[in-house]
Amino acid sequence: MSFTTVMLCGVGGQGTILAADLLARVAAASGLEVKLSEVHGMSQRGGSVDTVVKFGDAVFSPVTDPGMVDHLVAFEILEAARNVHFVKPGGRLLVNPAAIRPLPVLTGDLAMPHGLRAVLAGEGAIFIDADELACEAGSPKSSNVVLMGALSLRLGFDVDVWEQVITARVPAKTVEANLVAFSLGRAACERGECAL
Amino acid sequence: MVRSLLSGNEAVAQGAWEAGAKIGVGYPGTPSTETLQRFSTLPGVYAEWAPNEKVALEVAAGASLGGVRSLATMKHVGLNVAADPLFTLAYTGVGAGLVILVADDPGMHSSQNEQDSHNYAAFARVPMLDPADSAEALAFAREAFDISEHFDIPVLVRSTVRVSHSKSLVEPESRPMIREQSSYAKDPMKWVMMPGMAKLRRLDLDRRLLELEGFAEDTELNREELRDLAVGIVCAGAVYQHVREGLPHASTLKLGMTFPLPARRLRAFAEQVETLYVVEEADAYLARSVRSLGIAVEPLPALPVAGELTPGSIRRAFGLPEPVVRERGASLPPRPPLMCPGCPHRPVFNALRKMRAVVTGDIGCYTLGALKPLAAMDTCVCMGASVGMAHGAELAHGFGGRPIVAVIGDSTFAHSGITGLVNTVYNGGVGTIAVLDNRITAMTGHQGNPLNGITLQERPSHEVDLVALVKTLGVNRVRVVDPHDLDACATALAEETAADELSVIVFRAPCALIVRSAADPYAVDEDACTKCGVCIRLGCPAIGKDEATSGAFIDTSICVGCGQCAQVCKFSAIVHTGPSCDFQGADLR
Repeated sequence: MSFTTVMLCGVGGQGTILAADLLARVAAASGLEVKLSEVHGMSQRGGSVDTVVKFGDAVFSPVTDPGMVDHLVAFEILEAARNVHFVKPGGRLLVNPAAIRPLPVLTGDLAMPHGLRAVLAGEGAIFIDADELACEAGSPKSSNVVLMGALSLRLGFDVDVWEQVITARVPAKTVEANLVAFSLGRAACERGECAL
Repeated sequence: MVRSLLSGNEAVAQGAWEAGAKIGVGYPGTPSTETLQRFSTLPGVYAEWAPNEKVALEVAAGASLGGVRSLATMKHVGLNVAADPLFTLAYTGVGAGLVILVADDPGMHSSQNEQDSHNYAAFARVPMLDPADSAEALAFAREAFDISEHFDIPVLVRSTVRVSHSKSLVEPESRPMIREQSSYAKDPMKWVMMPGMAKLRRLDLDRRLLELEGFAEDTELNREELRDLAVGIVCAGAVYQHVREGLPHASTLKLGMTFPLPARRLRAFAEQVETLYVVEEADAYLARSVRSLGIAVEPLPALPVAGELTPGSIRRAFGLPEPVVRERGASLPPRPPLMCPGCPHRPVFNALRKMRAVVTGDIGCYTLGALKPLAAMDTCVCMGASVGMAHGAELAHGFGGRPIVAVIGDSTFAHSGITGLVNTVYNGGVGTIAVLDNRITAMTGHQGNPLNGITLQERPSHEVDLVALVKTLGVNRVRVVDPHDLDACATALAEETAADELSVIVFRAPCALIVRSAADPYAVDEDACTKCGVCIRLGCPAIGKDEATSGAFIDTSICVGCGQCAQVCKFSAIVHTGPSCDFQGADLR
């Protein structure tokens, strides 16, 4: 039983579910077993969300535990800090450093913690400026695909398969921007990992 | 065969379709909703949303009577509503196959309780199947229809959030089974449950259950997997997957059918293993049932009794080594769910908070009005409870003269608010009921309902006239208010709660996710802002308090220009600005 565990975490509405679906389809198209677990409903209204994708020769449980995640992709920096304990020692941590202030911070009841970036860097995080790269790709909403590009670098799936899945899965008029977003994310990760 | 990546919900729909089911009825509820949505898109089927789960099951039962295989779908608490027909349908049995998908929510990701539907199977005495992933969801849903017809009984297919909302690979058929519709033959001894007939059907149910117990002993739905014989685990559904990952060497008796249980096979499995355990989440239905057969079950005191299990929590309960875990960071601010920018519910709660109303709430997006900073809801119990509880609260006279207001959404009002209102009218209650009519069933992902006249398969429909309905029931004071007009909200609530007569206020404006505002975003004029914080107390995710200046700021990338905040600002500090391309922060839509 060998499998890889990827966790995508972020804020409801950021596109984690679509990103997880792309990853799961790439794994399936590459001939692996795959399971994906997501949560709908109340938390989708701007709350913390996480999605888990597991793939390998045999996958049983669709969920995971602290210390068991091979790749954590955080769509937002506070959610990265909230979930960093899921990453196993030696696991990979990709972080979009953009911050979305939660309501208790917006209302002034709680403060946004300072120094998150340094803490995450200490945990080995690679920062991907997904929102800026998404704009560069021509669609601000493609930041989720930027992050999938970054994730793809160490997963071993063919870029061709990623491109086929993205083309088939995203709205037709955004295919081009999403393909650019994917390659920008992959390149950014390459630069980031080389810098380590 | 083509492999498809389907969620458990989609797979149940596919399985029902492959079994020749042609009619599907349900009420949306997380985590069950996508089952009927998927079913409605398959060729040759009729599917409809019912106003509630009781009606949904009754429609499906009528279709079954008429010889068509039928599927009813609902979440776990929906089965409470449908329990009345369920218990007696166990007696009548079915015409064509009748299958009920019930989706439980252990961990309460999107529910008000985590009741375990297994208890309903045993209580109503109908068989229950427990798929553990999408492939089983498809196969079990198919087989459920055969079981239903063979044993003349409705069949429950129980899912949980980790089956319903997990995706895994299945091999779907491209066409459904061809079934001939049986011709109807009147049979009052079977279908008219007056006492004389029911007494006989009760005995017949016992006979059918005895046959089902025999089936449970033989069926491949239940599966012994012998590995290391030191530990044997009885489990079902998604929990089986967690057990396989957490304890890969343990032997398992995986129950695909959790009612009735295979007593002989359970005893045989218990004898083969050194120690028998039961692993299940949210309740102890299986452990109780196995023990009641006189089989010794070793307790697992370290297994969580509430919430979801994971491979890790199961390993911990068995005392296995823990993985190395990074230190968790310092305390982080939580990120609760919230109402979207431009949500029409927000001004109503803002007004209710200001008037210090006692608010009996209900189930939907507007339940978020209970959270800070609005914090303007006192109760949330079940669908429709707001109306009855407001009436009871009025009778108690225990709130120091504070106004009492029931708050209920359009779909929830159609679901079970109407009967509560009939009661208040009938018994001369004098409360105020606010119907938050956002023209859609929003929380579950925008389904139609009787009050907007949008049907599941977009057939022509009739929109129930809410105002006319309420007047016809006998409410004289009924008014429709645009909730985006904050003064009108406050005035209507003040006047109606002051009136010595029952009143209904319909706050009508579409969900912010279905009408994308074309208005430009607002911004804060820093010179005019007095830092009073009134706008921030609206709880809009687009407005916040600047940590450096303590003044308000607006995130123009998510502001939809609804203008609610501009209305509460007494200093005209919230002003229109041009369109912006600021990519800090997410588009919450």
